[in-house]
Amino acid sequence: MNRTLSPLDVICPMHMLLSPDGRISHVGPTLRKLRHASAFAGHDFLDVFDVTRPQGITSAEDLMQLAGSTLRLRFRDGPQASLKGVIVPRPDGVPGALVNTSFGICIVDAVQTHHLTNADFAPTDLTVEMLYLVEAKSAVMAASRRLNERLQQAKLLAEEQAVTDVLTGVENRRGLEQFLCRLLARQAEFAVMHLDLDGFKQVNDTFGHDAGDDVLQQTARIMVDEVRDRDLVARLGGDEFILVIDDAPSIATIERIGARLINRVAALGGAASVGCSIGAVLSRDLTPLTPQALLKAADEVLYASKRAGRGRLTFYIPPGREPQPVLDAEGGIAKPAG
Amino acid sequence: MHGLTNKAIEVFVKQTYGTAKWQNVMEKAGFGFSEFEAMLPYEPEVTVRLLVALREVFHRPARLMIEDLGTFLVTSPTLPAIRRLLRFGGVDYADFLHSLEDLPERVRLAAPDLVLPPLELTETGPNNYYLRCYAGLPGYANLMLGVLRAMADDYGALAILDLHKRPQGGDIIAIQVVEDEYTAGKSFTLGQATA
Repeated sequence: MNRTLSPLDVICPMHMLLSPDGRISHVGPTLRKLRHASAFAGHDFLDVFDVTRPQGITSAEDLMQLAGSTLRLRFRDGPQASLKGVIVPRPDGVPGALVNTSFGICIVDAVQTHHLTNADFAPTDLTVEMLYLVEAKSAVMAASRRLNERLQQAKLLAEEQAVTDVLTGVENRRGLEQFLCRLLARQAEFAVMHLDLDGFKQVNDTFGHDAGDDVLQQTARIMVDEVRDRDLVARLGGDEFILVIDDAPSIATIERIGARLINRVAALGGAASVGCSIGAVLSRDLTPLTPQALLKAADEVLYASKRAGRGRLTFYIPPGREPQPVLDAEGGIAKPAG
Repeated sequence: MHGLTNKAIEVFVKQTYGTAKWQNVMEKAGFGFSEFEAMLPYEPEVTVRLLVALREVFHRPARLMIEDLGTFLVTSPTLPAIRRLLRFGGVDYADFLHSLEDLPERVRLAAPDLVLPPLELTETGPNNYYLRCYAGLPGYANLMLGVLRAMADDYGALAILDLHKRPQGGDIIAIQVVEDEYTAGKSFTLGQATA
């Protein structure tokens, strides 16, 4: 190994010289680190290497025809990183060929497997710079990944703690539940109104989801507009909303709010015709009084409104009490039949 | 300012002086948060306030703290990437010194928005060099002084380093390499060390 390096060894430490009959007559110093010298010297190039590109190279004559073209080589003895190469006629006028090789993209593994150092690459070779970049990139990617993981966790936590519906800006189910719990804790009297849009699916189907989102946002605005700051508007998802009216509202107050909501929502949307149905529960009408029981009761009377022809308000009637008035489709108060 | 700069100071303070001290620093600086993100940008003013807070908490000149930071960046086992990336610069200490002029460019390849002022190496005699650290980053020369000391150790070289402050910036580090192979140094292979 300590023989003096030829200029070719310095400039192309991974080259080989072939005699005209395809035997290997010289191997560059870095290539000699991959296999013992005896594995190369005097052997037929095609016995040492499998030429995988171009295919069908079986003789020295085939090989010599390839001057200037890209070669892909694999050691025949055992699984090893493949080499990239190029073959040219010998530059010193001696008959035969010069094959220069490199590790190509397999360089990262090759450096590790063969314990290569800076000295194994020509000073002009950018391999060391490339290895530098690979490590720099890995270090930066690792830092970015850690940042992303932390951001993801923070996002999940924020979502978990959020009480606002992203689309409409009103409270979400969590905000609603917290509000109800606060009311129950101070034994307040209040009303829960469950509002569901009529004809919303057709808006989505006919005019697209942007139009649907717009209707939801306008509906939320109307609801916020119709109640006081100390009341609560929440969106349960889809086209379902809840209003919580604090301070022991009378049936007449709920009816007035309901009528205005039904009228204003019906006036929305121009081509997209929507309406809304409402079910209302007074907290004093429920025992035991829990958030779940309130929402369940409101849901039942909402569907009573839907079944009765939509655009209506229906009150929850506790067992054993006279039926309450309901709003008809025009928003006027109509006494229920029976 | 790239978050890496602030994060480096944070890791250095936490590991050298403890997390409680770091909390003191951050309270003194009054940012309203307790940790930096390496991959987020910060205003240059943030780093200045951080350095002021460091000085107040530790009663130690910022230039000495920055020099220690430079050494820490190379020697801390928690930041193996920095030392490895620097070792890519050369096969021995002299080779490494010559690679320093490329350092800002190398750093830019790794983190495009982390801008280091130029470095210029002049050979003033056999084994004697001047490294000029251009103005633009407060404490740049102090940081490099710490880095060069630690890298001399890493390569196993014996070097004498002197910092000459220039009022207009462009501080100069005089380097005398007394012995290139004073100790065996620490090992470095191109292939990534499999941990």
